[in-house]
Amino acid sequence: MDATEVRDILATAAEWRAGGRGVALATVVTTWGSSPRPVGSQLVVDETGRFAGSVSGGCIEGAVIREAVDAIATGRPRLLDFGVTNEQAWEVGLACGGKVQVYVERIDA
Amino acid sequence: MKGATFARLAELRAAGTPVALLTNLRSGSQLLVTASGSEGELCLDVDMVAAAQDALKSDESTSFETPAGKVFVHVFAPPPRLVVVGAVHIAEPLARMGALAGYGVTIVDPRRAFAASQRFDGIAVSGDWPDEAMEKLRPDMRTAVVTLTHDPKLDDPALDVALRSPAFYIGALGSRKTHAARLGRLAALGHGEAALARIHGPVGLDIGALSPAEIALSIMGQVTAVRRGGGTRK
Repeated sequence: MDATEVRDILATAAEWRAGGRGVALATVVTTWGSSPRPVGSQLVVDETGRFAGSVSGGCIEGAVIREAVDAIATGRPRLLDFGVTNEQAWEVGLACGGKVQVYVERIDA
Repeated sequence: MKGATFARLAELRAAGTPVALLTNLRSGSQLLVTASGSEGELCLDVDMVAAAQDALKSDESTSFETPAGKVFVHVFAPPPRLVVVGAVHIAEPLARMGALAGYGVTIVDPRRAFAASQRFDGIAVSGDWPDEAMEKLRPDMRTAVVTLTHDPKLDDPALDVALRSPAFYIGALGSRKTHAARLGRLAALGHGEAALARIHGPVGLDIGALSPAEIALSIMGQVTAVRRGGGTRK
């Protein structure tokens, strides 16, 4: 198990794949300032948007899950940047003022 | 991620092999790197692979810039370990908290009645004599060792092996008086002052813990502080 996780995200991903579900992984690859989850934190998402794990304290998961569902459909990986400004503080962003970069990729069959 | 890469990563992790997954964040190409080599489609200079192997050694995910784009190095290390000597009442909450914090926990107690008296669901229990159990477990830089028996016949041999290992944390339950006597006995076994100073005793952070769960919490707090370099910041 990755030391940053309460449960093993890759094992969850493997279970979901074995069950025939389309699966994507989202991984925190860079952090700046105070960010809620360390580099390497992961979220696993299936094609219906069901997820396990976390890449933030809950601030950006919604947006990441939408991108992950799209990545499962198209197979296209993507790098997402999240920060916070006063204007977007009520939208997708980190209330704590940190910035994170999240890589989203489908696990191919 | 290719299905084959995912399967191979799972295989290496199941075998307890430290492995890094390298991803070019622009192209999505990936490479698996272990201490002994690399496999995958992402082409990298030898020195980049060496840099990934360094990240593997330091157990820290990182990223570096290459002409072909930024490469993320995701380190998957086997879980750190917590060896608890003594299947006493504090061992149960300590084992559970250790497992929750991501440690691979082993309880060591040759006294069958003790090992049977607690509930260690899903936790490895060794019935070997502590020195034999510790020689088999071979504590490394990612291992914490905590003795709980209060019995020198059990605690001392475990501490003796732990002090000769690179274990990142060594703790021993017992009062100041008990601990002073213990240090005297370990000194007689040839351990110098610097080695003995590695033992956290009385074990745990001073949080006024009374119940077994609170004592376990104070021990896990101290293990965490040592591992993560806490206590130096406010």
